[in-house]
Amino acid sequence: MSGYAYYPGCSLLGTGKSYDESVRAVFEALGVPLQELENWNCCGATAYSSIDECTAFALAARNLALAHRRGDPILAPCPNCYLVLTKTQRYLEQYPEIRQRIVQTLERLGLNLGHDVPIRHPLQVLSETPGLEAIRQKIQKPLKGLRVAPYYGCLLARPYPIVEDPWNTTILEDFIRVTGAEVVPYAYRTRCCGGALTGVVREAGLRMVYILLREALRQGAQAVVTTCPLCQFNLEAFQDQALRKNGIQERIPVLYFTQLLGLALGLPPKKLGLHRHLIPFQPQRKALQEAVA
Amino acid sequence: MKGNGEVPRIGVYVCDCGTNIAGKVRVAEVVEFARDLPGVVVAREYKYMCSDPGQDLIKRDIQEYNLNRIVVASCSPLLHEHTFRKATAEGGLNPYLVHHVNIREDVSWVHEDSDEATRKAKAIVHGAVLRVAWQKPLEPQSVPVRDSALVVGGGIAGISAALTLAEAGKQVYLVEREPTIGGHMAKFDKTFPTLDCAACILTPKMTAVKDHPNITLITYAEVEEVDGYVGNFKVKVRKKPRYVHEDRCVGCLECIEACVFKEPRFPNEFDLGLSKRKPVYIPFPQAVPPVVTIDPDTCLYLRFGKCKKTCVEACGDRNAIDFDMKPETLELEVGTIILATGFKTFDPTRTPKYGYGRFPEVYTSLEIERLVNSSGPTGGEVVMRNGQKPKRVGIIHCVGSRDKNTNPWCSKVCCMYSLKLAHLIHERSGAEVYNFYIDMRTPGKGYEEFYNRLAKEGVHLIRGRVAEVTDAPLHPEEEGKLIIRVEDTNIGVVRRIPVDMVVLAVGLEPQPDADEVRRLFNISCSTEGWFLERHPKLAPVETFTDGVFVAGACQGPKDIPETVAQAQAAAANALALMDKGSVEMEPNVARVNEELCSGCHICIGLCPYGAISFNEEKKVAEVNEVLCKGCGTCTAACPSGALSQNLFSDHEVFSEIMGVLL
Ligand SMILES: Cc1cc2nc3c(=O)[nH]c(=O)nc-3n(C[C@H](O)[C@H](O)[C@H](O)COP(=O)(O)OP(=O)(O)OC[C@H]3O[C@@H](n4cnc5c(N)ncnc54)[C@H](O)[C@@H]3O)c2cc1C
Repeated sequence: MSGYAYYPGCSLLGTGKSYDESVRAVFEALGVPLQELENWNCCGATAYSSIDECTAFALAARNLALAHRRGDPILAPCPNCYLVLTKTQRYLEQYPEIRQRIVQTLERLGLNLGHDVPIRHPLQVLSETPGLEAIRQKIQKPLKGLRVAPYYGCLLARPYPIVEDPWNTTILEDFIRVTGAEVVPYAYRTRCCGGALTGVVREAGLRMVYILLREALRQGAQAVVTTCPLCQFNLEAFQDQALRKNGIQERIPVLYFTQLLGLALGLPPKKLGLHRHLIPFQPQRKALQEAVA
Repeated sequence: MKGNGEVPRIGVYVCDCGTNIAGKVRVAEVVEFARDLPGVVVAREYKYMCSDPGQDLIKRDIQEYNLNRIVVASCSPLLHEHTFRKATAEGGLNPYLVHHVNIREDVSWVHEDSDEATRKAKAIVHGAVLRVAWQKPLEPQSVPVRDSALVVGGGIAGISAALTLAEAGKQVYLVEREPTIGGHMAKFDKTFPTLDCAACILTPKMTAVKDHPNITLITYAEVEEVDGYVGNFKVKVRKKPRYVHEDRCVGCLECIEACVFKEPRFPNEFDLGLSKRKPVYIPFPQAVPPVVTIDPDTCLYLRFGKCKKTCVEACGDRNAIDFDMKPETLELEVGTIILATGFKTFDPTRTPKYGYGRFPEVYTSLEIERLVNSSGPTGGEVVMRNGQKPKRVGIIHCVGSRDKNTNPWCSKVCCMYSLKLAHLIHERSGAEVYNFYIDMRTPGKGYEEFYNRLAKEGVHLIRGRVAEVTDAPLHPEEEGKLIIRVEDTNIGVVRRIPVDMVVLAVGLEPQPDADEVRRLFNISCSTEGWFLERHPKLAPVETFTDGVFVAGACQGPKDIPETVAQAQAAAANALALMDKGSVEMEPNVARVNEELCSGCHICIGLCPYGAISFNEEKKVAEVNEVLCKGCGTCTAACPSGALSQNLFSDHEVFSEIMGVLL
């Protein structure tokens, strides 16, 4: 065991770079060992399985096999990777015929699929090790006065929820509160951000982004905190278009929960990739400025 | 081949069942095959063996060919074994010389391949032919049926069944779990489609139950144990203490007035928590029996042993209150049983997208039934929790029905009761009402007319399954409202409809303890948990346990007219049994060969029905044929082969297996 088999996935190498940076930084600060899965490949995302499901399963299963060989649980911060890997695992358990084909394919690569490699999301992991109480002890710069909208996105809630009762869970809210920030009621916690719609049916995607942002602003949030690189991208990169269309001048930063946590733990903003964001996180209040400084 | 002493002369009859069997099994080929089997004298194919001409074939052949054994290959013996036994008897043979095998449910309905199906049908017929040769003539035991009935559940089903039985002069015990009878119907103000007042039609029946000399009403009680068999059930009923003597309480309610709790404090179960009650309470004014109940969980004296007991004082000489009351077990002996335990409504917290439990202004339909009820918590006013009348109300259909994620079935009554509630809400509050439905299901006498009436009254009918109920507004007019998001599939547009109040038309589910209850009475449940009738069309109120009948919503979702019809049908079936006075028991009982029995006692301990005893004089085991259910446990366990079972002798079973395998 060399710690979690960290599976950044493609997003975290590209638009989600700051998620990658903040996950690594926070895990290090909290002493949770993490080591990138060697030689991993793309999970196939939604694109591949709609073209050829079996190949898509093989693609995802290769990562499961790599982790199995290493003997470590997978840490998948991207909910889409989390979904694809979990779905692959469930399907291969359920359908022996598909499993057999995949197993044969992997054997040719000298890999063994194994069973039930644990697949975890950082929210789950950190809430257990070190756990919220231990994290609270390590908070150095509480984000007092910051009002945050907790946004899980849809994939952590369905179809394979990371918590037992995704409608009533407060796992993300609990993290936000640990940082000292305030949670605003956010009815659209688990509503879809539009996913790829912003790329393919722009109007529809923009409307979904607008609905999410408007509610966050209406509740007086100063930041939206997400757990998903695609949510972050949609809400940030399309924010200007979505809000301008509807005559709203305000803008709101969209952060990863690991960034918020990192700030409260006293990590330098740069190490958390905050400088990469399009909408800068510039807390207005003095206390906050101090915290982030 | 060896038979049972006499040379077997077997007739084999293979049924087409229209195309049910013949559509898959090549019946002519099976008949050809049967004709060559040992002992077979005649083999025939016929379109419907169960029809009169089909039965006549058997009768005629017995005479003409001097047959002494019959095999019928058709549907399930559960359906027609009885028919063919009767035909065999009418043909002049002992009815237990026929063997009925199933090539429909077991073959044609479950196999896709004709060759395979035909092969399997042949194997089954082969087994039957070899087995029937060993069958012996048997005489069924006849046992008397007691002239009394138990009805479990005092909803409209149980009430109707009990009254029908009592009117026919039978002694009836009606056992109800709650402090009052009435079931769900007692909660309603009006009933569809006629909008007649529920209380006006129900309460006279409830009173009639209480007053009927032939009915013993046992409320606040549950059946604990059931023993015996058709005609002679022994039932133990456990009555919870209500801490009030029903025979002394006159229902003056002065004790409630006098209770040390000045204000009602605890959620009233009958009003689903929408009103409060005191520890001493009556569920609703017309409760039957019209007596109070003291709740041990909230009564100060019963909890802490300390209270001024002002209630006892108020009761005075009537002396009805008795804090020392203990649970009581009653033992009843009845000939027949009718189960009428009803349903429960779907728990909408399982569909969190509709916000029940999160938004105070989201209600279940049952809660609204109480709100619109003139004797309900608001005296029939439809008001929100802040006391104001809603301006707009949305009723969401199919919550927990027709939904893969919860219950797949249609709950049958919700479209109609949602229309009823739309009418009543509008009438009481003037609110604009929106109904969101998937399909409007209104089959029933006067039902479609009711729907048309509602459409004319101006209720908005929007076809689409609601996506969510949210409190996050997008537009100024949505501020402070609940917004119902739905795809209006009639116009192909996603709509957001702001309302003040949301009503969830929750579906019907089996009672949570349905599985325990069905075990208690030894009947079956469907996979969903509804009590299973003996046949969905032809025996809708009988069960697979003789003498036990089902009625009402415990058997599946149904409305009041259907419930009452079924209850009276169940009563009629029970009456037929009781009036006949005796029943024939299946003679498939175990027998002891006294010469082989070593008196080891093994069978006695194993028998689940206590049917075996030890004869001290002869030093052998003895089977009580009336108690024996023919389960075969003793026969299999007997180390010296002294036990055998009628219709399941080793010869019979092994030759059947042989035939199937050959
Ligand atoms: C909101 C709503 C509105 C409706 N409106 C109408 C309408 O307007 N018109 C119409 O025709 N139908 C209506 N229905 C349907 C109607 O409620 C049923 O048809 C009817 O109640 C069925 O009666 P039942 O006696 O079978 O069951 P229930 O009414 O459920 O009665 C069952 C009784 O058995 C008791 N019981 C349960 N288990 C046990 C046990 N183990 N031991 C002892 N007692 C037990 C229960 O306490 C209860 O008293 C409505 C249903 C709902 C949910």
